[in-house]
Amino acid sequence: MQRRTILKGGAAAAATLALGRPGFAGSHLPVKAGFIYVGPIGDGGWTYEHNEGRLAVEEHFGDQVETVYQESVPEGADAERALTQMALGGADIIFTTSFGYMDPTINVAKKFPDVKFEHATGYKRADNVATYSARFYEGRAVQGTIAGMMTETNKIGYIGSFPIPEVIRGINSAYIHAKKVNPDVEFSVVWAFTWFDPAKEADAATALIEQGCDVILQHTDSTAPQAAAASAGDVITFGQASDMAEYKPLPRVSSIIDNWAPYYIERVQAVIDGSWEPTDTWGGIDSGMVKIGEITDAVPEEVKAKALEIRDSIADGSYHPFTGPLNKQDGSAWLAEGETATDETLLGMNFYVEGLSGTIPQ
Amino acid sequence: MDLSTINPAVLLASLMVASTPILLAAIGELVVEKSGVLNLGVEGMMIVGAICGFAVSVETGSPVLGFVAAAAGSALLSMTFGILTQFFLSNQVATGLALTLFGLGLSALMGQGYVGIKPPAMGDLNLGPLGDIPFVGRVLFQHDVMVYVSLALVAAVWAFLKYTRAGLILRAVGESHDAAHALGYKVVVVRLAAIAFGGACAGLGGAYLSLIRVPQWTEGMTAGAGWIALAIVVFSSWRAWGVLIGAYLFGGVTVLQLNLQAAGLDVPVEYLSMSPYLITILVLVIMSSGRGRAALNAPASLGRSFHASH
Repeated sequence: MQRRTILKGGAAAAATLALGRPGFAGSHLPVKAGFIYVGPIGDGGWTYEHNEGRLAVEEHFGDQVETVYQESVPEGADAERALTQMALGGADIIFTTSFGYMDPTINVAKKFPDVKFEHATGYKRADNVATYSARFYEGRAVQGTIAGMMTETNKIGYIGSFPIPEVIRGINSAYIHAKKVNPDVEFSVVWAFTWFDPAKEADAATALIEQGCDVILQHTDSTAPQAAAASAGDVITFGQASDMAEYKPLPRVSSIIDNWAPYYIERVQAVIDGSWEPTDTWGGIDSGMVKIGEITDAVPEEVKAKALEIRDSIADGSYHPFTGPLNKQDGSAWLAEGETATDETLLGMNFYVEGLSGTIPQ
Repeated sequence: MDLSTINPAVLLASLMVASTPILLAAIGELVVEKSGVLNLGVEGMMIVGAICGFAVSVETGSPVLGFVAAAAGSALLSMTFGILTQFFLSNQVATGLALTLFGLGLSALMGQGYVGIKPPAMGDLNLGPLGDIPFVGRVLFQHDVMVYVSLALVAAVWAFLKYTRAGLILRAVGESHDAAHALGYKVVVVRLAAIAFGGACAGLGGAYLSLIRVPQWTEGMTAGAGWIALAIVVFSSWRAWGVLIGAYLFGGVTVLQLNLQAAGLDVPVEYLSMSPYLITILVLVIMSSGRGRAALNAPASLGRSFHASH
């Protein structure tokens, strides 16, 4: 509902906007980079980290690049309007930072062939649309390990946002690794159908805690579940997308941090050089796009060691979080002994692995 | 399918807590609309109330002062709307929308230094033996004071509109401002008072979110609660007790579906979440048909500007 577009770069930026110069890459400076955010930059999670990436771009390039952003843009038709406005405003490259912007990005990209688009977490590409995402499921493997070893009630709550492959991958990965260290573990998944609604997220966390869950994992963007866990006591949580360090050392015992800065800098550089290509990037722990936040002292030493071991084995490539034997929820075989999941399967993942209860809303 | 894992007492109790912010905002907006003013800025007033209340209670350590500040801050903000629409006769719909956008931006600015801070806790009201009654005690008598304030407000608004002379004047202004003016009532003053009351209530609702329900400050944390409050007023067809039912229904559906999911029940989440809005749309459709409007009790002068030409 917020419609603030903030221009950095002073009068020059204002003049550029007024002239409505069409975007063309590689031959003029400063290059203008636009960002579309799904939540407010102060959400303390997903959007906050994307904005940190934007600030890193500004700092890295100085006068060579100016950035614009629009926050709290609803997914769907309204995103097309925001994107069109930004492209008309002279942006050379636009990062659309939520799954729901996929079709709007493709639609607007058709109308502005000279503007480069970068869509996060999607799978549709075009001549001027690249996609990028992070292998959050690698971080979920670390979280699942800690969760499985730390739970005393053997019930772990998971707040899902939307039933899309990215979220389902995270649930599966966390479950597989929790189960590995604790065969009695059970998962309760609650779908919030929102990325950002602190009150609803807090209610979901409270409902899960009420059901006996003593570990809460979230795939929504605000810190509200952390606050709910803190007031309930004896519940541990993990920072999502951002470190959420203000809830250290309890309830937040670790976190997955999305580190977009290196990628954003690389892509803006490519626009400046004229070497931009519609690539598909999927970075993980190894490339530094996914970082595991500090594991606090609330976690026993052996749990911490085990978690770090998983992290390091993923980072050096010796271990893949989806390694067979694994069955799907209905019992049918998915991965044979030693087989690892292909990126293609992971990108379109729409099933639970064996052992998870409940169904994925369609 | 095992419903036994859900404790109905806890469910009902959390329903009341989840509904309180929208109940407070909606009862305020009811009074505003009864006076013939349509203020679409509820969302903006709520979020400004959320940060005003949060900031003041963090600085002073008193949640009560926080709520007072939230009410005052939002009432002050609503006066910009009041002055624009009542003296400068600006379009109420456009001004209300602007108020929402302004409120969201202003709150983000005010809240810069308050991210990640824990507010002082507001304990539950101790009602002695009442709280120990099995079931009923957990549902009704173990809440924070604001839950009871919100219920008392509904009763007070109902009694005010139905039984007092001032309430009659307010309704007269909302039904026909020209007739009320001809009788010598101060239309603009009545409306300004109503707008301020609506702002204060929205502020209380916002502060309830940031101080009790979540409790923390996050930018944009009302996430559409103000719009739901507006829908509830329509849903209630401008009756105070209808607002209570509507708020508990809207809040209840959210809490219920989350609890059903957490208990591992297979529920069609989308349909449950949708249902209050479907009912609201239905009410709006009926209302927009000519005869329905009167039948639904909508104030006849709702949204119309008043200008005394003599």
